[in-house]
Amino acid sequence: MAALGTYAHVRDLALNLTSRELKGKYKRSVLGWCWSLLNPLATALIFTMVFKVFFQAPNPSGEPSGLSNFPLWLLCGLLPWNYLANSLNGATESLVANANLIKKVYFPRQVLVVANVASWMVPFLIEFGVLALLLLAFGNFVLPWLPVVLVLILVQTSFVLGIGLILGAVNVYFRDVKHLIAIVLQALFYATPIVYPLSLVPVRAVLFGLDLPVRSLYRLNPMVPMVEAFRDVLYDLRLPPFGDLVYVSAWGLGCMALGQLVFRRLEPRFAEEL
Amino acid sequence: MSGLAVSVKGVSKRFRLYHERNQSLKASLVRGRRSRYEELWALRDVTLEVREGTTLGLIGRNGSGKSTLLKTMARILRPDTGRIVVDGRLSALLELGAGFHPELSGRENIFLNGSILGLGRKELKAKFDDIVAFAEVEPFIDTPVKDYSSGMYVRLGFSVAINVDPAVLLVDEVLAVGDEQFQRKCREKFADLQAEGRTVVIVSHDLGAVRDVCHEAALLEDGRLEQTGPVGEVIDHYLGRVHHDRLDDGSLGARWGTGEGGIERIEVLEFGGGPAARLRTGDPVVFRLHFDTTEPIERPVFTLTVHTAGGVHVTAPNTRDAGLVPDEVKGRGHIDLRVERLLLVPGTYDLGASLTDYTGAYQYDVRHRAFRFEVVAGSPAERHGVMSLGGRWEGLPLER
Repeated sequence: MAALGTYAHVRDLALNLTSRELKGKYKRSVLGWCWSLLNPLATALIFTMVFKVFFQAPNPSGEPSGLSNFPLWLLCGLLPWNYLANSLNGATESLVANANLIKKVYFPRQVLVVANVASWMVPFLIEFGVLALLLLAFGNFVLPWLPVVLVLILVQTSFVLGIGLILGAVNVYFRDVKHLIAIVLQALFYATPIVYPLSLVPVRAVLFGLDLPVRSLYRLNPMVPMVEAFRDVLYDLRLPPFGDLVYVSAWGLGCMALGQLVFRRLEPRFAEEL
Repeated sequence: MSGLAVSVKGVSKRFRLYHERNQSLKASLVRGRRSRYEELWALRDVTLEVREGTTLGLIGRNGSGKSTLLKTMARILRPDTGRIVVDGRLSALLELGAGFHPELSGRENIFLNGSILGLGRKELKAKFDDIVAFAEVEPFIDTPVKDYSSGMYVRLGFSVAINVDPAVLLVDEVLAVGDEQFQRKCREKFADLQAEGRTVVIVSHDLGAVRDVCHEAALLEDGRLEQTGPVGEVIDHYLGRVHHDRLDDGSLGARWGTGEGGIERIEVLEFGGGPAARLRTGDPVVFRLHFDTTEPIERPVFTLTVHTAGGVHVTAPNTRDAGLVPDEVKGRGHIDLRVERLLLVPGTYDLGASLTDYTGAYQYDVRHRAFRFEVVAGSPAERHGVMSLGGRWEGLPLER
């Protein structure tokens, strides 16, 4: 017997809801799952056009890997970013979209957010697998680094899940959240070294008449060390700085704890507010 | 085995009724708070116990709090005060097929819906064939449910929910799904669950059904628990009160006709002439039709129609079949249909009436289901179907 709320029940439920999301995602589209791969490849192509052809940006060279390939370098940062952006967008809507379920059946509501994040993690892992194969094909022997990658994915998932719980729960009360998050994510995309290298961000600069340590402020964004860490491991083939790992892990744990706290506070009145 | 399955202690539930329901930050910032709202107490200090193995019916008017009480038992709503303890696995049938994904097949949806309702994968595998067979959807089990007929959809939903195997089952008005034959199957399954000693709590407006399936009933009024006890007593008490409110309700159904004359009012009276406060099976009763004509009507035919609240046409006595055809009526007046013994079983019925010419083709006034009334248990003490035959059993080898 898997009574309501036991670990086995919650796990089964999360798996089933995840597979519902996954199956629903590409149902009735001719290319189906291929879209999951075509999307980041198309984005990579667009940015490669813009930066390589129009801006004539130099290829970032991997240190110590020696790899020099703009699209691959881009994908190393783009894939984790897409995972974050898709998950947060989805998590924000996940409770409102399932209003009918919440109003009619009792089950631990967090499962809806978890299933949404999981449903974006699966295509992310597939894309990642393809990227790893591409990197291998271009001579980057990434296999020994995969355990570190898994840790990074775990940390980012905890970060995303925590924020997703907050966004989803608050969106039940204020539907503004989903509009707000679209803008915030767009700003954050350019505030993270995905399409340009971190080295382009000045260490200090004068803004609004103030001499600011821009680079340090910029690095407060947890996605900066996160994306840098993914690139270190996959593109450069080196360990990320230990301090960065501690910093992103702290964010991951902190967001998760805060997410739990906020969600639990807001959860009791979901059925009434939806 | 006489423990408590559900214990509700001092439960109150408050809802916020928003005057202007603003789900945007702008409104909150402008007002300095989220929204103005009024508080509405949907439940006030309700204390109730449901013993293991009993079936309890929650009755009351719309807005009396019965569905809210059911939802707090199901943990969907959290009470503001008090607590609810449920012993054993609980399943709530508030909506059939909740969580079905239209693009997924029946098979995939069984697993999805089942796990939402609390079934593990192994259990679902074991019960899968039963669920499919009960829902009668074998040929379509791998078809996306968006292509199901609405009947198939609810049948599948009901089948999953009823197979959850709960110790406590909460049901909200869902017993009337599917066609006649499927309903019979549901009732049988339901009786099986009761026989196995499951505890059931039902919310329903269909007092006949509540009387049929429940042992006990709880009457809610304005969020307060008014009465609990054996189902017959509680329903009779409730009907005694509701009946009064409905006497002046003359506007339930449709009305049409040419208008030279009309049925102005239908009354239900005692033989003595006073209004019948409460009708029981077997009571004498007078149905009085008040008519008014603007022109003389030749060879008129008066008809009284009786339908159940569910729409079954019970009977339609008329003056022509009775061989009573006056040459004409004019002006204002009334005629009576005297019934020595009202042989309707307990339930809710609608009266209609019509005034037509002798052929029935020319309709001066037709009032369809214009007056609703309740019949409560009397003698004969029959409960099933629509009518009693008023017969008496003989020849049984009874002692004494």
